Amino acid sequence: MAYDYEKSIRPGKLPHIWCPGCGHGIVMKGLIRAMDACNLDRAKTSIVSGIGCASRLPGYMDACTLHTAHGRAAAFATGVKLANPEMTVIVCGGDGDGTAIGGNHFIHACRRNIDMTYVIMNNYIYGMTGGQFSPCTPTGHKASTTPYGNPDPIFDISKLAIGAGATFVARTTAFHATQIDKLIAEGIKHKGMAVIEVLDDCPTTYGRRNKFRSVVDMMKRLKDIAVPVQAAAKMTAEQLEGKVLTGVLYKEDKPEYCEMYQKVIERAQGAKS
Amino acid sequence: MAKKVALMQGNEACAHGAVYAGCNFFGGYPITPSTEVAEVLANELPKVGGKFIQMEDEIGAMAAVIGAALTGAKALTATSGPGVSLKQELIGYACIAETPCVIVNVMRGGPSTGMPTGPGQSDVMQARWGTHGDHAAIALVPASCQEIFSETVRAFNLAEKFRMPVQVLFDEIVGHMRERVEFPEPGELEVIDRAPVTVSPAEYKPYDASKGDVPPLAAFGSGYKFHVTGLNKAADGFPTTKAELVDAEERRQISKVMDRADEIEKNEEYQTQDAEVVIWAYGSTARSARYAVNELRKAGVKAGLFRPLTLWPFPEKRTAALAQQAKAIVVAEMNLGQMIYEVERVAKGACNVAGVFRVDGEPINPGQIMDKVKEVL
Ligand SMILES: Cc1ncc(C[n+]2csc(CCOP(=O)(O)OP(=O)(O)O)c2C)c(N)n1
Repeated sequence: MAYDYEKSIRPGKLPHIWCPGCGHGIVMKGLIRAMDACNLDRAKTSIVSGIGCASRLPGYMDACTLHTAHGRAAAFATGVKLANPEMTVIVCGGDGDGTAIGGNHFIHACRRNIDMTYVIMNNYIYGMTGGQFSPCTPTGHKASTTPYGNPDPIFDISKLAIGAGATFVARTTAFHATQIDKLIAEGIKHKGMAVIEVLDDCPTTYGRRNKFRSVVDMMKRLKDIAVPVQAAAKMTAEQLEGKVLTGVLYKEDKPEYCEMYQKVIERAQGAKS
Repeated sequence: MAKKVALMQGNEACAHGAVYAGCNFFGGYPITPSTEVAEVLANELPKVGGKFIQMEDEIGAMAAVIGAALTGAKALTATSGPGVSLKQELIGYACIAETPCVIVNVMRGGPSTGMPTGPGQSDVMQARWGTHGDHAAIALVPASCQEIFSETVRAFNLAEKFRMPVQVLFDEIVGHMRERVEFPEPGELEVIDRAPVTVSPAEYKPYDASKGDVPPLAAFGSGYKFHVTGLNKAADGFPTTKAELVDAEERRQISKVMDRADEIEKNEEYQTQDAEVVIWAYGSTARSARYAVNELRKAGVKAGLFRPLTLWPFPEKRTAALAQQAKAIVVAEMNLGQMIYEVERVAKGACNVAGVFRVDGEPINPGQIMDKVKEVL
C-alpha cells in the first residue's frame, strides 16, 4: 500500500509552491516518514523555519508551525524549546537562510547543544529570490550575482555544525530519499542539537545556469558525488576528490542545553531556601 | 508585615517589576545602559522556575522572546538604541503575528554607538516607527524607579491584553539612578494574563476577528496546532494576498489599539488647571520640568507640567486641549526634537510650541526650561 502522506499534511494547503523537479518535496516526505517513525504528537511538535523556498515547508505540515524571518529560525526555535522543553522542535530551511543571514544563530544553536533537529536543505543557491549565490554555491559556478563564476569559497555545512558543537551531524541527498527519513528520525531521537544536511537540487535557478540539462542530470550528480562514510574509510584521497560523505558523520553524548538550564533552576531554588 | 523596601536602580526595579508581572522568559544581549535588567533577571528568573538566556545578538534575543511567547511564556528583552535598531524587523514580526512581549529600551544617545553611558531620549520615534510597514505601537515612559517597577508591570498587562509587543522606554538617568522602591504585595498591582482560548483545537483560528479585535492566542504545546507567519495572512494564520483580507487584517491590528487608546493612555498633570504655559516632558526630563514649574510659580508665572506615561499611542486629546488653553507649550526632551513634532501636529497652531533640546549627554536642567518659558511668554 502506498504511504499515506496526506494525513500529515494540512487539508487544503496543497499544491505547494515548489517548482517541478525541486527536491524540497522529497525532503518533506522524508520528514513526514521520520515524524511517523518517531510517533510524534504533532500538538507537541513545533516545526520552525526562516524565509526561502525550503522555509515554506512548515505551512504544509500538521503541527505547531512557525514561519519566521529570514535566517532567524534557530533563534525562534531556541525560545520555543527553552520555554517548553517538552516540545519536539524541528527546524528546517535553506542553505542561504541557515548559513548566511542565519549563520550566527545556527552556530550558536549548535554550540548550546539545544535539543532540536535542524534539517537544512542545501540546494546551493538562493532559490526564492531567483538564483543569487549562497555560501554553499560551489566556487566557479554561476548564479545571477556571479555571472563570471563564483569567486567565493564555500561553507561545508556539516563540518561547520560539527565544529560549532552539534552532537549529531548527518548528511544525505535528495536522491537518497529513503535515507532522509532514517537520518532525520535518528536526529529527532538524539538528545541535543542534530543537524541533517540534505544536498538538494534547484533546477530552476541553479541547474539552468550551470548546464544541468534536466532534473535527472542533477539527481544523477547527487547520486555520483555521495559516498557513504563507511565506504569512504577504505578510499584514497584521490578517489574521494569531488565526493561528499553521507550518513552519520558525527555523534556524541554531551549535556543538553535545557537540561543544563534545569540544573541552574535547581541551584537557584536551592540557594533561595 | 512591613512591605519590602529597597534602594535600587531603575534597571533593577524594571527586572523586579517584570517578575511581579509574571515574566518567565528573558532573552537578551548585553548593552549599556540596560545590562542590569539582564543581570538581575539572570539571578531572579530561575528562582521562580523562569528561563534566562543570553543570546548571540539582539536579533536572536528578539527571536527567542517571540518563540517563547508563542509557547505561552511572558517574555521580555532589554536593550538600548543600537539593540532596538537590530530588533526592528522582528518587532514588526511580533506586531503582525500578534505576539505579546515586552521590549525595554534604556535610552542613550545616538545615532549609532553614540554615548553608551550618557542619557538620551533618542528612541521615542524609533519606538513608534521602528519597523517596516503600518502598525500600532504602545510605548511607556516611566520617570522614577518606583514607576519603572509599576510601568513594567503595566507593559506586560498591555502586551497580554492587546496581544502585541509593548516597549518601555526610560533614559539612562532613571535607569541608573538609585531610589527607594516599595515592592507591592501580590494582588496590589493588577496582573493580566492573556485571554484563554475557549474553542476546541479543531475550531481554533489564531486571527479570528469574530472573536473580537484581539482574538485569543493559544500556546504551542497546549494541544492547539496552528500556523504563525510574518506574511500577511487570513484568520487561520495562513498566508493570503487577497486584497480585502490583507486590508481588513492590517486595519484590525491598528484599530485594536487606536480605538481603545483611552484604556492605554496614562498621564500626569501638575499645576495645569490654570496654566498659561505648559511644559510637555517625559522621563527624567519631566523631573527637571516639575522643579521648573515650582520655581516659575514662585516667580508668579502660571506654569504647569504635562507628563505622558504613555508616549504611544500619543496623548492627543489632552495635548490638544492644553494647546487650546495655554499660550505656549514648551517641549523638553533629550534629543534635537522628536516628540515636539507630535505636539505641533495636534496643537494645530492653537498655541506657540517651543522646544528645549539637549544631546550632549547632560540632563536638561530646570534653568534651561525656565529660560525658554520666559522667552515664549
Ligand atoms: C532580511 C531579509 N533579507 C533578504 C530577504 C530575501 N530573501 C528571501 S529568501 C532568500 C534566500 C533563500 O535562499 P535559501 O535559504 O538558500 O532557500 P531556498 O529558497 O533556496 O530554498 C532571500 C535572500 C528576506 N526575506 N529578508
